[in-house]
Amino acid sequence: MNEWMNGRMMNDKHLLFAYSHIRTFTIRYSPFAIRLLPLVFLAVFFFYPLLAIFRLSLAPQGHLDLAAPAKLVSTTYYARTLWFTTWQATVSTLLTVILAMPGAYIFARYRFPGKSLLQALTTVPFVMPTIVVAAAFNALLGPRSHLNLALMALFGLQRPPINLQHTIWIILLAHVFYNYTVVLRIVGGFWANLNPRLEEAARLLGADSWRAFWQVTLPLLAPALVAAALLVFIFCFTSFGVVLILGGPRFATLEVEIYRQTVHLFNLPLAATLSLAQITLTLAMTSVYTRLQARTARPLQLRPQQTTQRWPTTWRDRALVGGNVVFMVVLLLTPLLALAERSLWTGRGYALTNYSELFVNRRGSVFFVPPVEAVRNSLAFAALTVGLALVLGVIGAYLLADRKSRLSRWLDPIFMLPLGTSAVTLGFGYIIALDRPPLNLRTSPLLIPIAHTLVAFPFVVRAVLPVLRGIHPHLRESASVLGASPARVWREIDLPIVSRALLVGAVFAFTISMGEFGATSLIARPQMPTMPIAIYRFLGQPGALNYGQALAMSTLLMLVCAMGFLSIERFRYGEVGEF
Amino acid sequence: MKKQLCLLLAFVILTGLATACRPAAATPTPAGPRTLVLMSHDSFAVSEDVIAEFEEAHNAKVQFLPSGDAGAALNQAILSKANPLADVFFGVDNTFLSRALQAGIFEPYKPRGLENVPDELKLDPEYRLVPVDYGDVCLNYDKSYFEEKGLTPPQTLEDLTRPELKGLTVVENPATSSPGLCFLLATVGHFGESGDYTYLDFWRDMRANDVLVTEGWEDAYWGQSTWAGEGNRPIVVSYATSPAAEVYFSEGALEEPPTGNVLGDGACFRQIEFVGILKGTKNRDLAEAFIDFMLSEHFQEDIPLQMWVFPANEKAALPQVFLDFAEIPERPAVVSPEAIAKNREAWIEAWTEVVLR
Amino acid sequence: MPILEIHHLTKSYGDERFPDDISFTVNEGEIVCLLGPSGCGKTTLLRIIAGLETADAGQVLFAGRDVRDVPVHHRNFGLMFQDYALFPHKNVFENVAFGLRMMHLPRTEVETRVREVLELVGLSGFEERDVNLLSGGEQQRVALARSLAPRPRLLMLDEPLGSLDRTLRERLMNELRAILKGVGVTAIYVTHDQEEAFTVADRVVIMNHGRKVQEGTPQDVYQNPATEFVARFLGLTNLLPGKVVGVGKGHAEVETEIGRLEISNLGIGNWELGVEATVLIRPEAAGVITESPLADDNAIVGTLVERSFRGGYYRLVIRHASGLHLSFTVQAISESLPPLGASICLSLRSEAISLLPRVQN
Repeated sequence: MNEWMNGRMMNDKHLLFAYSHIRTFTIRYSPFAIRLLPLVFLAVFFFYPLLAIFRLSLAPQGHLDLAAPAKLVSTTYYARTLWFTTWQATVSTLLTVILAMPGAYIFARYRFPGKSLLQALTTVPFVMPTIVVAAAFNALLGPRSHLNLALMALFGLQRPPINLQHTIWIILLAHVFYNYTVVLRIVGGFWANLNPRLEEAARLLGADSWRAFWQVTLPLLAPALVAAALLVFIFCFTSFGVVLILGGPRFATLEVEIYRQTVHLFNLPLAATLSLAQITLTLAMTSVYTRLQARTARPLQLRPQQTTQRWPTTWRDRALVGGNVVFMVVLLLTPLLALAERSLWTGRGYALTNYSELFVNRRGSVFFVPPVEAVRNSLAFAALTVGLALVLGVIGAYLLADRKSRLSRWLDPIFMLPLGTSAVTLGFGYIIALDRPPLNLRTSPLLIPIAHTLVAFPFVVRAVLPVLRGIHPHLRESASVLGASPARVWREIDLPIVSRALLVGAVFAFTISMGEFGATSLIARPQMPTMPIAIYRFLGQPGALNYGQALAMSTLLMLVCAMGFLSIERFRYGEVGEF
Repeated sequence: MKKQLCLLLAFVILTGLATACRPAAATPTPAGPRTLVLMSHDSFAVSEDVIAEFEEAHNAKVQFLPSGDAGAALNQAILSKANPLADVFFGVDNTFLSRALQAGIFEPYKPRGLENVPDELKLDPEYRLVPVDYGDVCLNYDKSYFEEKGLTPPQTLEDLTRPELKGLTVVENPATSSPGLCFLLATVGHFGESGDYTYLDFWRDMRANDVLVTEGWEDAYWGQSTWAGEGNRPIVVSYATSPAAEVYFSEGALEEPPTGNVLGDGACFRQIEFVGILKGTKNRDLAEAFIDFMLSEHFQEDIPLQMWVFPANEKAALPQVFLDFAEIPERPAVVSPEAIAKNREAWIEAWTEVVLR
Repeated sequence: MPILEIHHLTKSYGDERFPDDISFTVNEGEIVCLLGPSGCGKTTLLRIIAGLETADAGQVLFAGRDVRDVPVHHRNFGLMFQDYALFPHKNVFENVAFGLRMMHLPRTEVETRVREVLELVGLSGFEERDVNLLSGGEQQRVALARSLAPRPRLLMLDEPLGSLDRTLRERLMNELRAILKGVGVTAIYVTHDQEEAFTVADRVVIMNHGRKVQEGTPQDVYQNPATEFVARFLGLTNLLPGKVVGVGKGHAEVETEIGRLEISNLGIGNWELGVEATVLIRPEAAGVITESPLADDNAIVGTLVERSFRGGYYRLVIRHASGLHLSFTVQAISESLPPLGASICLSLRSEAISLLPRVQN
């Protein structure tokens, strides 16, 4: 009796974790309903609004109007935009992967002091508003930066030698800056669980370290690597702020063109056509990826991190770790530090004026945002996003993990679609589609975490899926044979192994929600200002104090995010430890 | 320990829900205050005590719905016209006026206090949209830069093409930025589309003089200017009130503006912002009262320091910093809203062709 | 002529040292077994020899040359991991061929050699199989084949049978020795199982807490365990404290709790009168006596508490009046044994009793 009760309670606990917000639902009905959850979510908050805006744009009178698609092919401009969009995304992705792989390696295989702090800090760029990052790059590499002034003085130059502004280089640099962490975390996390004996076996069999990497490690990393690369690619493919602000007006991606056509020219048919093109291309990319993924994934002997990581002992180890740490600091942290430094500068010296002013509503504005409230709003939205994205993402990943099912081949690209969809298109879709009960959500604050979840949940799927597919079936089978119920198997076998990936997914969901500005700035929203919105409000008016406060708020955003990452990382699944 | 994950998740979801739902739109109870929803662009701002006065007087609660930049907000209002998101919409400017009127989303209403607004600001004879404020988009220049280099600051648009000002000017892309579009309109109004020196000739010369184009005002002002940002360009397209704002937001460090305005003939474009009642509102009387209130002196006098534009009501007293430093060009360029609506895309396209490609 | 010489290898982990000043040698074609409880530093020692880790002190000489600066992949040593570390993305053929491909051998040569080693380990026809779907024993053979394929100068096996079940293990032990001897490879074999070590090895090196405690042929070590630890580790549990009371040429007398014992196997030690020692009584030392014992019979009397028939012999456990339990294997017929709980008299052969140095606590 006692035994039975115990087991029963454990099962319930497991359910509580997995599907806590639909708990009663779960217990009463079959798991089939649970499996449908991500699909229902996508149908309601993605496909339905999207179809609504497409119908309104392309068939306002009820029949299809093909004038806009015709215009698309009548000029070469859009073809060139498409070409630029694709190749900059490809190059950005390659660069990011190549530059982040050594970092992922040292994070996977070594322990070193300050590692978790560094890991948290490398993710901070992901949340920074583009306009603030542009200011940081300008401070470091701009015409009046110390670097340029020093080079000018050193070589007696008339003009600043480094001039990246409005060039493709700054776009690529910014894309690496933003997306480094995606590769670092997804690949690094997976790599950390990879059995190091495999590479050692290859070395003993006569492979030098390069061949061992190419022949053994890389193929085994492929699922995670391809997943990370796909995410980076889609991010760069739909890049908006970076291209618009840093790249300048001579560069335009499809996303920029969609925004321009929708917001400034209100040319909905053309915008919808471009949006469709973007979605189709994303779909094509993810389909290719799905095939690759299915082919590369195989059962692995995943190892807990404690057994795969060591302290750097030889000078080679130390040089490798040190070099990468320095690289990360220079690439990712100096711009952030430059911002923090500027936020303390008052024009006459260093002081906390910009920070103390944040707390004062000097003009008595209704729209004054007390920093505490901005932090709280941001954290609340982020918490909701993390919860929603984890639940939907984990269920989604399970739907995909079964490689034998035909469903997964179709679902996988569909799960990725929200990432490749223009925010403004979807935002406008919400306006016309979600306007009556029970879905009268147009002005509900819930729309914000829902929109964030659409972007965040593919990340959770991507982070969890490779690990899930890597779980050796024998593990689950042996647990079942030993008498564990399916729920118990999940809790005892899957959860501990997936927990690391879940944390990665949670970090990304948190990050996406904290930093997201583009999508929510384009949809009507009630007055619940988040930190990025507060930053943009300050930047909207001239005057040194506004700039200072914007930087102070940005610095707060960095701190809050870094602390958020650290506390998520600190969290471990019970006694299982870091897997 | 085992419970940790469950607890964390439950906590996360509960706190999230609790906080997110907290200010859920109050359903009006018969006795309680009625809610008036004001949709606007993100730059809208107003003082708490001003709004409180209205709310008290009318037993109402004003709910704000900032909806992106001016274009995005208007487009959302148009898209939702079958089932409007708000009662009142603020923030249509004269560059968007025709689009807004053509979409037929506003109900006519002639508010009290309109007699105090100069006629040249009233662009809709049917009063579907009535003016609330105005401001001039013009060039700011860095005074100390020109002093140090011994250069004469520009006075007119023509000056910008002088060779000694090569590489000194930043403008915003009219395709993506509201001040950028206004400045393009100023050049269209000033140089015209025909004759021996059209606006496109001017822009061709500007390109030859190494003009820098940014995506938006923020990047131009904070990113590229010599006085506010990290850049090396002392002439930036901004607003005629920006120099005054620089003094106001300097924490007393500045006695006078670091920048000057280029106010020569036709060098500026006047942006007028309008408010209107959205068709289909269920609170027509309250909406009318709010528009009356927006044109009242109390609200109008709050406008300058909140939004850094001039009140439309001539009787409204200006704050000291405006009296001291805010300038109004005598002869801004004039382009009618109809012409803007008709040619907007073509002008931007032509400009893009000349300046960027 | 030793081909591998290990000199004073030491590696520190905080305050502990695993291995701690280990030296031994391996002759060409010889199988040396590192035997010791888990966590005694055997695996680390292998990894240092393989070049996967570096020692803090000491030297590894192969064919007289220090291999410190030879990178792992140039050593041409094979290491078979405990978990086999088969490449999950390659099939059986590709796994076995890996080392050969690293040597840039021509295709046909690779194929021939793979077929050859697969045949050697009894897996002919398994070339195209997915390694993830093989049984434990089959995976073990693939791992062995993969290690042997490039003809390593030295093969190291880290608990190669550790994760297999008992019956499979017993079968494979003999087979493994046959394969290794057939190939003639020099091998170091790590295990914690003495039976495995005695079956496979030509010579064993027994380790404890990172240190070497004894080295010798299996027979040597079993006959003359150097310490109490070794004795216990080899399953010799009849250990009792004693004091040397008489010393003669090749024999001694000790006073113990169970009485005075005559010893004629002094092993390597030098025993002086009055020395405290540990007395080891081998399980095969006893014979059952039914008539009353003679004074010089090395006889003990106790209560029979356990008796089990093991085919050719009986295993008996007796409790001595002092409370001590001793276990023996005796050749006897059932009728000659008293029932459980009855008193039994045994005589101990003096050559099956030896003296070990007393561990000072």
